[in-house]
Amino acid sequence: MRGHARNAVVMIAIGAAALAAPWIAPAITTQLAFLWLMILFAVTWDINGGQMGYNSFGNVFFFGIGVYVCALVQRDSGLPYYEALFAGIVLGALAAGAAALVLGPAILGIRGHYFAIATLGLSIVAADVASAWEYIGAASGMAPPVYPGAIESRTKFFYYLLFALAALTFVVVRWLYSTRFGLAINAIRDDEDKAEAMGLHTTRYKVFAWCVAALFLGAAGGPVGNLVGFIDPRDLAFAGATFGVWMVLMAVLGGKGTLWGPVIGAVVFHVTQELFWTYLLGWQRVAMGVLIVVIVVFFPSGILGWTLRSRRHAVKSLPQARTQSAS
Amino acid sequence: MSNLGVLIDAPILLLQLLVSGILVGAIFALVAYGMALVWGVMNIINIAQGEFVMLGGYVVFYLDRAGVHPVFGIPIAAAAMYVLGIALYRTVIWRIVDRDMFTAILATFGISILLQQLANQLFSADIRTVPSRLPSVQLAGGLMTVPEIKLVGFAAALAVGAVLIAFLRYTRLGRAIRATAQNARAARVLGIDTDHVYATTFAVNCAICGAAGGLVAMTWFIQPYLGLTYTLRSFMIVIVAGLGNLSGVILAGAGLGVVEEAAGFILGSEYQTAFIFLLLIVILVARNAMLARQRRYLK
Amino acid sequence: MSAAGALLEVRGVSKRFGGVIANRDVSLDVPAGGITGLIGPNGSGKTTLFNSIAGFHPIDQGSIRFDAHEITRLRTPKIARLGVIRTFQQTHVYRGMNCVQNMQISTSQAGETLFTMLRPSSPAMTARAEALLEFVGLHAKRYLPAGELSFGQQKLLEFAMALMSEPRLLLLDEPTAGINPVLINGLVDRLKRANAEFGITLLVIEHNMRVIMNLASHIYCLAHGELLAQGTPEAIRSDPRVIDAYLGGR
Repeated sequence: MRGHARNAVVMIAIGAAALAAPWIAPAITTQLAFLWLMILFAVTWDINGGQMGYNSFGNVFFFGIGVYVCALVQRDSGLPYYEALFAGIVLGALAAGAAALVLGPAILGIRGHYFAIATLGLSIVAADVASAWEYIGAASGMAPPVYPGAIESRTKFFYYLLFALAALTFVVVRWLYSTRFGLAINAIRDDEDKAEAMGLHTTRYKVFAWCVAALFLGAAGGPVGNLVGFIDPRDLAFAGATFGVWMVLMAVLGGKGTLWGPVIGAVVFHVTQELFWTYLLGWQRVAMGVLIVVIVVFFPSGILGWTLRSRRHAVKSLPQARTQSAS
Repeated sequence: MSNLGVLIDAPILLLQLLVSGILVGAIFALVAYGMALVWGVMNIINIAQGEFVMLGGYVVFYLDRAGVHPVFGIPIAAAAMYVLGIALYRTVIWRIVDRDMFTAILATFGISILLQQLANQLFSADIRTVPSRLPSVQLAGGLMTVPEIKLVGFAAALAVGAVLIAFLRYTRLGRAIRATAQNARAARVLGIDTDHVYATTFAVNCAICGAAGGLVAMTWFIQPYLGLTYTLRSFMIVIVAGLGNLSGVILAGAGLGVVEEAAGFILGSEYQTAFIFLLLIVILVARNAMLARQRRYLK
Repeated sequence: MSAAGALLEVRGVSKRFGGVIANRDVSLDVPAGGITGLIGPNGSGKTTLFNSIAGFHPIDQGSIRFDAHEITRLRTPKIARLGVIRTFQQTHVYRGMNCVQNMQISTSQAGETLFTMLRPSSPAMTARAEALLEFVGLHAKRYLPAGELSFGQQKLLEFAMALMSEPRLLLLDEPTAGINPVLINGLVDRLKRANAEFGITLLVIEHNMRVIMNLASHIYCLAHGELLAQGTPEAIRSDPRVIDAYLGGR
């Protein structure tokens, strides 16, 4: 049980630090809020990517749906601010989940790199359509309603909201991986043909995994849109070339297919990015490109994989193995 | 969509779109062939393919501004991109040749972002075009107007393609490339320097893209974010045609050109790229469904 | 010799790949509770027949009935859930998961829904998994990732996974190929026990004549995609056509 206790302590420590952060370091609250978003991005990506073997470059599609649905609810529902916001978050999540449910069977039937590119196309189509659809502002985007309060409290509010979402995502995902469903998606990753030959309902599990990711991504959309204050279809909502790719990279950087890998990867990636922005302004995107190549070429199994290998842990000591095999 | 009505009223426009589409399709086919080459020989899907096209276009653009006529500019662009290809191979690509496809996609995605942002920083995001200095040509007894540059581009694409095919078929290095594509390990056993083959293949692909980029700059325009559309176009063509199927690539390229011209006309240019990508997804889903009936999958 | 109401009835199955005819008009019966053998020289279409039965590809002609159900047009997962499980010549296991996890996810999927999967594996399931691993001799290695096992060990794991799914019919594709000769007797023993104790019907492709003659009560011989001969081991062993097919080069 030592591993479980250690995990619990770590999570409590992180939780406490997270709750205190806006008071300790108010100047970087927005950046920290985005850190939670990045963690949510990486963790949700890994459900389909590292754990299931379906490397999606288009998960940002679900995020964008959440962004717009929430903004629409806030604009058109007539509800007061907080009610509209929360309704928007819930509806954003459900809309994204529904999209995954509808598109999943067709798109998740495609395998390997074809799936990767198909999902890339998905996010780009969405960006283009959103940029031309007048009802949601077309290329000019949308502006969510103004927060009823001071700027500092607004930033804090959305920081806590994003932290809560990221924490919830992590907890749910952690639970999922401890179930037989977690085993099933790993089996699909390792050998989908074998999984089918053993009778597993592969389509069902693939779609469900995508729906779970979509739900959390959709929920996160509203808070981000409100935090930023302005919704641009290409640069925020359906930001395929930024968010969409970063999701993949963060999980790969930290170690895909593990529980903490995406979290670690998100932290390292986000911090590096903020440093690039501060010290390399103008060239930070170029540096990003270089970083991506470096990560992919030199850290293929991610930070976690690299540390695990150098410490020669047996699979037995990983929390997942013990959770499953301990009776 | 009122343009659809225009098409119905004046069917000659359909012919115009057809011809226009086939002409530009040649350029698409060329870039697609390069991608198929790298894919077949090195098992790498080069996401940065479009960026090489873009950079080639910029080379021709700046040469043109410096007074070098595109007729010379395009070969120079091809040569410059060849050098870039070698440089990229020696730094990054050689490390990912033996890895899985996902790694290759991610790595070339990184290169794509790098080149795109570099171009944005160095050349600014303004749209650039190279004037073709050619008139428009009347065809079919004055019923159709085709910018002569499109005819030139078509001829140039065919010429480059022909040279490429001759290279692959008749030169020693070309045959080595084809052998490596079929079986890299056997090629090595037979004494073929596969590293040299890979470097050449990748560099040749960059050169092809560079030349195509010059044609693109003259036919339409270039800007730093042009790349992804070309990458996806090439990918679509290769999927439809299948690796190693040259005539398929040509036909698919022509087909895509026509479909794009039609879509651009009917739906308007702001929906044109969305249409391409939607088409890509539909092709993938449909192709997969067809294969699934035989219990196979796109691999 | 056709037994009325055999567990598996294959009738007139033909399958071609492009210009190559892999199976032509093959018919066989697998009686419930028995062990049936399928032999033939390389390239005679044995694995293709397995693939056809298990729904890996559609067949061109013929019909396949399992437990009186027509399964000819069904896809692999459905057929597997009916209780037809097959193992592969090139073993297929889940390389990233350890042996116990491989077993846990190999239970029969016949009644499983999304909700039943959203639970950890029950202690009973895990106990059964470990018992079966013990049965095939992999208990000591049960926490190793399956990808780190040797080929022979992976074969045993695959066999154990098949048993875990409580199949009615088990299609075994060359179960002893690649196994250390010293261990083959033990494996054959386990196959017999699986049949006798667990009541699993076996259809076994084998190249090892000693093994299959010992194991099966009825044997079919394929050659060039067609059914050449069938009968008891003694009859097959002395059938001149069978001997000719293996030795002669036609």
